[in-house]
Amino acid sequence: MSRIQAEQVKHVANLARLAITEEEAEKFTKQLDAIITFAEQLNELDTENVKPTYHVLDMKNVLREDIPVPGLPQEEVLKNAPEHQDGQFKVPAILGE
Amino acid sequence: MSLFDHKVSDLHELLHKKELKVSDLVDESYKRIAAVEDKVRAFLTLDEERARQTAKALDEKFSSDADKGLLFGMPIGVKDNIVTKGLRTTCASKILENFDPIYDATVVQKLQQAETVTIGKLNMDEFAMGSSNENSRFQKTHNPWNLDRVPGGSSGGSAASVAAGEVLFSLGSDTGGSIRQPAAFCGVVGLKPTYGRVSRFGLVAFASSLDQIGPITRTVEDNAYLLQAISGLDPMDSTSANVDVPHFASALTGDIKGLKIAVPKEYLGEGVSESVRQSVLDALKVLEGLGAVWEEVSLPHSKYALATYYLLSSSEASANLARFDGVRYGYRSPNAKSLLDLYKNTRAEGFGEEVKRRIMLGTFALSSGYYDAYYKKAQKVRTLIKQDFENVFETYDVIVGPTTPTPAFKIGEKIDDPMTMYVNDILTIPVNLAGVPGISVPCGFDGGLPLGLQIIGKHFDEATIYRVAHAFEQATDYHKQKPQL
Repeated sequence: MSRIQAEQVKHVANLARLAITEEEAEKFTKQLDAIITFAEQLNELDTENVKPTYHVLDMKNVLREDIPVPGLPQEEVLKNAPEHQDGQFKVPAILGE
Repeated sequence: MSLFDHKVSDLHELLHKKELKVSDLVDESYKRIAAVEDKVRAFLTLDEERARQTAKALDEKFSSDADKGLLFGMPIGVKDNIVTKGLRTTCASKILENFDPIYDATVVQKLQQAETVTIGKLNMDEFAMGSSNENSRFQKTHNPWNLDRVPGGSSGGSAASVAAGEVLFSLGSDTGGSIRQPAAFCGVVGLKPTYGRVSRFGLVAFASSLDQIGPITRTVEDNAYLLQAISGLDPMDSTSANVDVPHFASALTGDIKGLKIAVPKEYLGEGVSESVRQSVLDALKVLEGLGAVWEEVSLPHSKYALATYYLLSSSEASANLARFDGVRYGYRSPNAKSLLDLYKNTRAEGFGEEVKRRIMLGTFALSSGYYDAYYKKAQKVRTLIKQDFENVFETYDVIVGPTTPTPAFKIGEKIDDPMTMYVNDILTIPVNLAGVPGISVPCGFDGGLPLGLQIIGKHFDEATIYRVAHAFEQATDYHKQKPQL
């Protein structure tokens, strides 16, 4: 039995904020199932007493002085925005009609 | 003969003696690009006007000030996931097609301090996800040794441009092999530094715990000089390491007598082609002849590296790529009535298939109910893989094996099957998971296609890798051969 179902793929696509078509959902279901099935081989290993590695170097709490510096100029920051108005990023309505 | 057949140190000498100008070097780049770029297709953006102005300014400066660094005036190409102020940076993605960065990456600032000249931005797999450059949303780069073949990836443009003589050297980035694999496929030298050696500030993040920027060059010596220029602690990257940066080129003594080499049996086993296996065995004979000793060892968790890597890198990517939402920069879908639609359509239209697949995989692995089974499990296996390396490095100085299981494959050959494509990286991925440095140097040919020898070192011991790679290079002439274009 396959590990991943099309409904799950649609749910994940929503979490990832990706619009997907029925065809894509079907294709991703097959491909993710193959990848996840492959990944299940990790269960061959007993990792009960193994600590996870989140970071390969032994560094902790890298701190620095908190020195205020000027931010980026507003016009630079807005330069790449698809749409802006009155010095702010512009987006479509957030609340439903 | 091309000017770029000279090493950096020789070109520096010619500049110093005024037998050469920076403008000549920049000319050489653009002339070569004009001659071969329609075949190689390595560049996404050229910066010719600015490069020529910079060259002119440097030439004027030079006549009044003879005390210049070694990289002064050298033409360089930069992978298109490294941000360059005022020079379009796309990550080979539609979502960043017109992105004009407002700051320079730390490595780019360091290049400016070294007074190199940026020639242009180089093609790659979209967001560095891929092993062939076929995932670029704009163009396919071709292998200069055989135009029907891929250059490797994701830093395919970086490797192909150096192999084709379009630039003297380039910068790439390596998350699971993306510098070393294309370097092997294109017959050049590529190093992935120790995680933390080079600042990632301004490198568009793919998998933050794995990504490193590194140099791609024609010779080991040039590689050492370029790494020297870009290394060091950066207050803008809290994962950059506070360790001394040695003078790497001083390590190139040619002396490897008594050096202890480990050869993992897993790196010469199943899936590795006979030509690749033989080239590594031949290379070991060369190293033995220079006084090194080698023994077979085991990295027992190697077979789990691929699954571990795809879970971790995709999970990190799904978080990192959340920033591309069509609001602050980049592509915005014109087909959206609500904010939610804007996000979903922008990302659906802006990202290519491989990027979406990995975002999906990563989102799944991090989602409620699956986090422990996939993401956390992979983090634990990562510990075991890292320990494999630590165990071997207790006894040995370096690990040697092939860079890739096969020479460059044909364009179109593997693009339809993600798993087949992923297997390409089985020999390079463990190095990123362990955070150690690794280099690929040319070690032979199979049917006219270059092969790469991978040399892996201890954390922050790039110097020893360079010493071994240089000794091998000096004893062989693979690096002197050039593709006919």
